[in-house]
Amino acid sequence: MSDSSLRLVWVYPDLLSTYGDQGNALVVERRARQRRLQVERYDVRSDQPVPTSGDIYLIGGGEDRPQRLAAERLRRDGGLQRAVGNGAIVFSVCAGYQILGHEFINDLGEREPGLGLLDVVSTRGEGERCVGDVLADIDPQLGLPPLTGFENHQGVTHLGPSARPFARTRLGKGNGTGDGTEGAFNDTVFGTYMHGPVLARNPLIADLLLKLALDVNAMPPVDDRWYEALRNERIAAATAQPA
Amino acid sequence: MSGNSESMTPRAKLAVTAGKAAAAVSRAAGRGSGSVIGGKVALKLDPELLGRLAQHLDVVLVSATNGKTTTTRLIAEALRASGPVVSNALGANMPAGITSALAGGSDSRFGVIEVDEKYLAGVARDTSPKAIALLNLSRDQLDRAAETRMLAEKWREGLAGSKAIVIANADDPLVVWAASSSPNVVWVAAGQEWKDDAWSCPACGGVMQRPGDDWFCGECGFRRPTASWALQGDYVLDPHGAAWPIHLQLPGRANKANAATSAAVAACFGVPPQVALERMYQVQAVAGRYDVVQFLNRDVRLLLAKNPAGWLETFTLIDPPPTPVILSVNARGADGTDTSWLWDVDYTRLAGHPICVIGDRKLDLAVRLEVAGLEFRVCESIDEAVQVSPPGRIELIANYTAFQDVRRRVGN
Ligand SMILES: [Zn+2]
Repeated sequence: MSDSSLRLVWVYPDLLSTYGDQGNALVVERRARQRRLQVERYDVRSDQPVPTSGDIYLIGGGEDRPQRLAAERLRRDGGLQRAVGNGAIVFSVCAGYQILGHEFINDLGEREPGLGLLDVVSTRGEGERCVGDVLADIDPQLGLPPLTGFENHQGVTHLGPSARPFARTRLGKGNGTGDGTEGAFNDTVFGTYMHGPVLARNPLIADLLLKLALDVNAMPPVDDRWYEALRNERIAAATAQPA
Repeated sequence: MSGNSESMTPRAKLAVTAGKAAAAVSRAAGRGSGSVIGGKVALKLDPELLGRLAQHLDVVLVSATNGKTTTTRLIAEALRASGPVVSNALGANMPAGITSALAGGSDSRFGVIEVDEKYLAGVARDTSPKAIALLNLSRDQLDRAAETRMLAEKWREGLAGSKAIVIANADDPLVVWAASSSPNVVWVAAGQEWKDDAWSCPACGGVMQRPGDDWFCGECGFRRPTASWALQGDYVLDPHGAAWPIHLQLPGRANKANAATSAAVAACFGVPPQVALERMYQVQAVAGRYDVVQFLNRDVRLLLAKNPAGWLETFTLIDPPPTPVILSVNARGADGTDTSWLWDVDYTRLAGHPICVIGDRKLDLAVRLEVAGLEFRVCESIDEAVQVSPPGRIELIANYTAFQDVRRRVGN
């Protein structure tokens, strides 16, 4: 890998690419290129080693069996853990979010160890599946506008002391714990239940990942007209729904 | 040939009559064709009705994520060479709709039935089919449908006990895995553009290797079977190696694949490929799909694409740039309420086409195309989109309810 480019790694699209998850990689890549950054994108299949010198790692959602296979292979590979040790930025959704925690419930109903990169533990919810539009306020420390997304999961994720809730829900279930939290993050690792192309509705999260990876406070603006129109429409639609 | 009704029990006869009455009421009330509601009433009165109606027919079931309606039409047309056919030609493909369709075909010899993927195992159990055609399986309406591998597993379990000849696509690993539980399979090399639901071995979870058109699992040895029929360009190769030309009014590679599978099905019933393929030429638009309509003094071709695999196949059949393209997407109940699938579609394939976007979710499309780096216009209506499109025949691609909206507006 060359030193002058932003290295974007999409982890295991063969297993974790259920809900348009490629969208997150496409949005980060596009917004980096609009800032005239060179981008090298690596789509790493689960029979390949995860590169350890990436700048941003994206991990998608998946059904129960592929999630277990992905956790097994990531634990065995160790590349992602080393990358985080090197200071890489990780953004994960749904099944990928659960894998980054200490453990989750796998397709066999057993407790499956995760990577321990986020201080969270996931279980399977007893109630109805969480499906629908979500509107949430992102942790003020991150300086981002409200989170709008779509959730579709059965999981419940409990946060430990060294993980902060990524957002507080106004609409939707988020972590499913009933305390209004949604997602989790620490200095460099992010997880959310907003599936697939969540960055398409929240492009400033993509920019935050870029800023963290580049270690800069600001970037040149890009034309956000269509993103803004979509955000406004989806937030209005979510708010108009009977709760 | 004796009709169905002669040998039916009084209860089954009553059920058919009640179903027809309900359908007539439904039609009169303006609630569509009435076929589903009629079937529901009939099935409630006699839960075994579907099996009884199928008893005197040579039944062919057709299931897939994409292409099942068209393939059902092609097979029905081919089998008419040998006798009368009853079919759920309008795509009512769940048990009630199927029951209703069969109730109208008492003098038929063949029943050619499109079946929703989720109901295939049950309908196969109830109707004792002679043949089952399986075309493909891929992601579809993720907010409510089961995952594709679970569907393949249901097929696999359902087919294990079936006496049917299974005619299956050797190029789709999920279909092959589902069909391999059956003792009697005819493999067709029908191709599959979309590959993103089968990178993981359905048998063992290993990573699938896909050199060229071949595929195999590096871990458990699950691999592409040798096909006896094949689609090769514009020809169908039969098991004897003879090549038969495909002449269709329907466009695209996917429909040639559907024709190849249909020819293999027809051969199971003694209809030679040449006869079958000639008859398939009769099939024109299927429920409005592929129709070219005149609207605001322009020619607009109506193309339906319901999921990523469908969009991919559709991109391969549209006229090249600078042909204008209109895209329309909704996310109502029948479409799935989640638009994340848009990100699984490679819209960069539309580079060079003037593009307009419409539909309930035109802003999702706008962001998708923006990120793909394409030029596009967002329009309020089909009228505006047609009026601002540059000259030439317009290709309109829409998902399910968006397609119905367009058909209503253009009077098709
Ligand atoms: Zn395998």
